[in-house]
Amino acid sequence: MSRTIKIEPVSRIEGHAKITLTLGDDGRVEDARFHLTQFRGFEKFCEGRPFPEMPALTARTCGICPVSHLVASSKACDHLLSVAIPVTAGKLRRLMNLAQLVQSHALSYFHLSSADLLLGMDSAPEQRNIFGILAENPQVARDGIRLRQIGQTIIEILGGKKIHPGWMVPGGVNAPLAEEQRQKILAMIPEGLEIAKRTLSSFKALVGRFSEEIEHLGNFPSMYLSLVSPEGGLEHYDGVFRIKNAEGAIVLDKVPLVDYARIIGEAVEPFSYMKFPYYLPAGYPNGIYRVGPLARLNNCDFCGTPLADAALEEFRALQPGKPVSSSFHFHYARLIEIVYGLERMGQLLIDPEITSTRVRARARGNNSEGIGVAEAPRGTLIHHYKTDADGLMTWANLIIATGHNNLAMNRAVKQSAQHFVDGNDLKEGALNRVEAVIRCYDPCLSCASHAFGQMPLEIELVDASGEVVDRVTR
Amino acid sequence: MARHPATPAAAPKVRVVTLKIDGHDIGAREDETILNAANDNGIRIPTLCYLEGLSEWGACRMCVVEVAGSPKLMTACSTRVAEGMEVTTNSDRLQRYRRTILELLFAERNHICSVCVSNGHCELQSLARACGMDHVRVPYRNAAYAVDSSHDLFRIDQNRCILCTRCVRVCDEIEGAHTWDVMGRGVDSQVITDLNQPWGQSTSCTGCSKCVQVCPTGALVKKGTAAGEMEKQGGFLPYLTEMRGNR
Ligand code: SF4
Repeated sequence: MSRTIKIEPVSRIEGHAKITLTLGDDGRVEDARFHLTQFRGFEKFCEGRPFPEMPALTARTCGICPVSHLVASSKACDHLLSVAIPVTAGKLRRLMNLAQLVQSHALSYFHLSSADLLLGMDSAPEQRNIFGILAENPQVARDGIRLRQIGQTIIEILGGKKIHPGWMVPGGVNAPLAEEQRQKILAMIPEGLEIAKRTLSSFKALVGRFSEEIEHLGNFPSMYLSLVSPEGGLEHYDGVFRIKNAEGAIVLDKVPLVDYARIIGEAVEPFSYMKFPYYLPAGYPNGIYRVGPLARLNNCDFCGTPLADAALEEFRALQPGKPVSSSFHFHYARLIEIVYGLERMGQLLIDPEITSTRVRARARGNNSEGIGVAEAPRGTLIHHYKTDADGLMTWANLIIATGHNNLAMNRAVKQSAQHFVDGNDLKEGALNRVEAVIRCYDPCLSCASHAFGQMPLEIELVDASGEVVDRVTR
Repeated sequence: MARHPATPAAAPKVRVVTLKIDGHDIGAREDETILNAANDNGIRIPTLCYLEGLSEWGACRMCVVEVAGSPKLMTACSTRVAEGMEVTTNSDRLQRYRRTILELLFAERNHICSVCVSNGHCELQSLARACGMDHVRVPYRNAAYAVDSSHDLFRIDQNRCILCTRCVRVCDEIEGAHTWDVMGRGVDSQVITDLNQPWGQSTSCTGCSKCVQVCPTGALVKKGTAAGEMEKQGGFLPYLTEMRGNR
């Protein structure tokens, strides 16, 4: 008798999703699927609206990473205006994007995943959250809260608001950075870096305990897609596309961002509202690739900041000569990127150009099509717009970071479920590992912030006729 | 050369009346409106379609007041003062009515403040805040309205229009172009340019931007503005009116 286990909703992620595990007659997992169960249709809302509204409108997709949407959308609008924005505007946008990277990675690591890592995958579910961490290791909880606060405060100083700042606009930003603001942000960097360094070394000490998870939590060969700088360095704001294969060889390099449609196709599946992007030349579903911190570190030649470069070298030693393939190491990569983000912000802030008052290019809509690409914390984010002759939107396509990882997440769920879940002896800790592999990708499903750590988790055992034979709720 | 002031025309005889507004004894010219008399005496009555320097319209009903002895509510912007009148400008009932009016305005078209170019600089929005309107209790109509972006400099978003007709009046009374007018009836009413031609094709529009500056919401705006960037500068109006000697 084949049975189905549903994990719904998946907890400690951004948004609502469920996991279905189909068991064979022997009780082993035969198939596993990760479904996005909500539909929001942002692309439809955009139609008919004037394009300068797009940064604010599309940023509403997400309460965690609105800045990423602001960046990608503003860049798509720059393309519509057909302007090169002032150099300082680019640097300021980059600054805010990095602040967002730091706060979002801090949220993912400390608030959502550290409980699995510090308290253990089998610890009591009611303890396995940031409050459990607070009780067990208050310093770690404080570090997480402070690091996130630093990122958010920088966003607030730059944009006037922590969430949904309206500062990034088509053509640049709408206010320059004042000297006093520069000093304020600069003063926060050393504290942030201390926390980041501390966290990275404590993570490295922990890694040894998770060899089974590293081996089986989404450890599979795939391609990696990310932006890199024209020189091949780690990049989050601009640059070019690079794709590496599972062996670490560069498949494609220096692909201009506006050519994304040449390399990325999008498939749909009836079981999920999320599309399945794939590497076009390899076809679907063979064109599976991963994006995000792991892909960025696997793809780049260097980070460009001293501490992050040293950390990158150690990271590379995990799988010498090859890309690091375990999804578990998304966490590792995230921590290195936090270090990088803080270092890089420090570099940008001492650049004398950063306080220049030339921060906006003005023009009317000159192109009818605009494409904007940036690296969001979770991976490559693409906004593509078409407008009519009056500058009203006629079409939009957003490929979000989590979407790129959809094929990979499904593969990862199946792998970890097959390894950890035994349908004849259902253990909560095993199901938590299946969820944990999803949390490695830090998916932002609804792209909206929800209560984390407190979401009810319901697992149902359903037999072949659809009858619920068992139910566990926490 | 010595300057001589022009001989003043004989001022028409206007009587002064006394009335009570919110319990205060007030003297006012008999041709004044309740709104003017209240304003002159530092009593603020909320308004939306009213704008100093333009003709009175009385469309939005935000300025309703109670007049003793009258079962009906009166619009302060278009009701003249009278001897012995007793006016109440603020009561639970008036607050309730004003909130309801605002709720109906929000529900009629599509106001999504957070992504609107006028967010933070909008008269409708600040009035809603001032009147304590924190919910809309009637269902939103969610009707689709057009955006006309054909003009070189400006745009009209019908989704945000509240039919206050300030644009119609300023264009006609101050600029003298009469590009704007109102078409249709009831809920189908809509402001139009020329004979409902795209604004960009209007032959009467002079591109002066007065309509944009007096529009209280994000309906008439400058092109190229992103969310929250549209700040109106309506300060020119009383000055222009005065320089024209109220002609
Ligand atoms: S016009 Fe005013 S009330 Fe309407 S959406 Fe814009 S800001 Fe809000």
